[in-house]
Amino acid sequence: MTAIWVAVLVASVGCYLLKLAGVSLPPSILERDDVQRVATLLPVAMLAGLVAVELFDGGGSLGLDLRLLAGVAAGVVALLLRQSFLVVIIVAAVTTALLRAVT
Amino acid sequence: MGHDSRSAIRRDAAGIAAYAAAFGASFGAVSVASGLSVWQTMVLSLMMFSGASQFALVGVIGSGGAGLAAVPTALLLGVRNAFYGVPLTRILARRDLTGPRRLVTAQLVIDETTAMAVGRDERPEQRYAFWVTGLLLFVLWNSGTLVGAVAGSSIGDPATLGLDAMVPAAFLALLWPRLRTAEGRWVAAGGALVATALIPLVPAGVPVLAAAPIAVVAGLLPRRGREAAR
Repeated sequence: MTAIWVAVLVASVGCYLLKLAGVSLPPSILERDDVQRVATLLPVAMLAGLVAVELFDGGGSLGLDLRLLAGVAAGVVALLLRQSFLVVIIVAAVTTALLRAVT
Repeated sequence: MGHDSRSAIRRDAAGIAAYAAAFGASFGAVSVASGLSVWQTMVLSLMMFSGASQFALVGVIGSGGAGLAAVPTALLLGVRNAFYGVPLTRILARRDLTGPRRLVTAQLVIDETTAMAVGRDERPEQRYAFWVTGLLLFVLWNSGTLVGAVAGSSIGDPATLGLDAMVPAAFLALLWPRLRTAEGRWVAAGGALVATALIPLVPAGVPVLAAAPIAVVAGLLPRRGREAAR
């Protein structure tokens, strides 16, 4: 088996086991009040972190693509105008694509 | 759960799956260009099924990294899926988490399914959003990967179409209802700030993980409202 196959299989199984571990916590832990409160806030903190990384990660250093940022900002405007999810993501993509086309 | 909310969830999931198909095609093309075979590329999309980890793995291999050297980066980016399991365990039904069904549920625990689920207010809608998004995304991500892996470099860059702006915009939109409370806004701002500050300092994958303690601290802090009620 080649080195690439080993890497593909080891990393795939490892990533799967991480997912499995997350959904395998015993109910006795999950039913605790403090765990429930943390569980509610966990995706808020982590997904906000993910958005930040997608906006500001220039490959291991801080970097900013203003056209990307402008697109996401346009999406936020659509959110503030109470537009639907699909409208929000399409506005973001179209804005960024247009800015990339003209700059 | 009304018919309207179900169809709204399906529509949103279809939107996410559509751009995931484009990124899947991009992944397939990048993977084959990095020296992986079509089979290896498909095993990644089917078994790893986690975009960030997959792109990182083929990136290291493509830049000349010896096979196993690519593994830690992929795993580090996969750790956040373990964290997502905690809120999802509350949302999913007992039968989703027991027996063989749990093995399928686990595979679908990723950024998108978590965001779609926690973006809804009611438990049945959250669970429905997890499953619809997960299954649709799995099919389209893998179909896209196959097309990209076979077609290779003739697949265009999704960035030209601005699809890379769709990703943060989608997560923000799904997070939006959770920002109605002051606590949600503080936790989100804290998570974003910590992750941004760490980008230049730590390996890929760690900034998002480092946002998690913000939720732990905020969740364990005594509530002012509750204190006042005593």
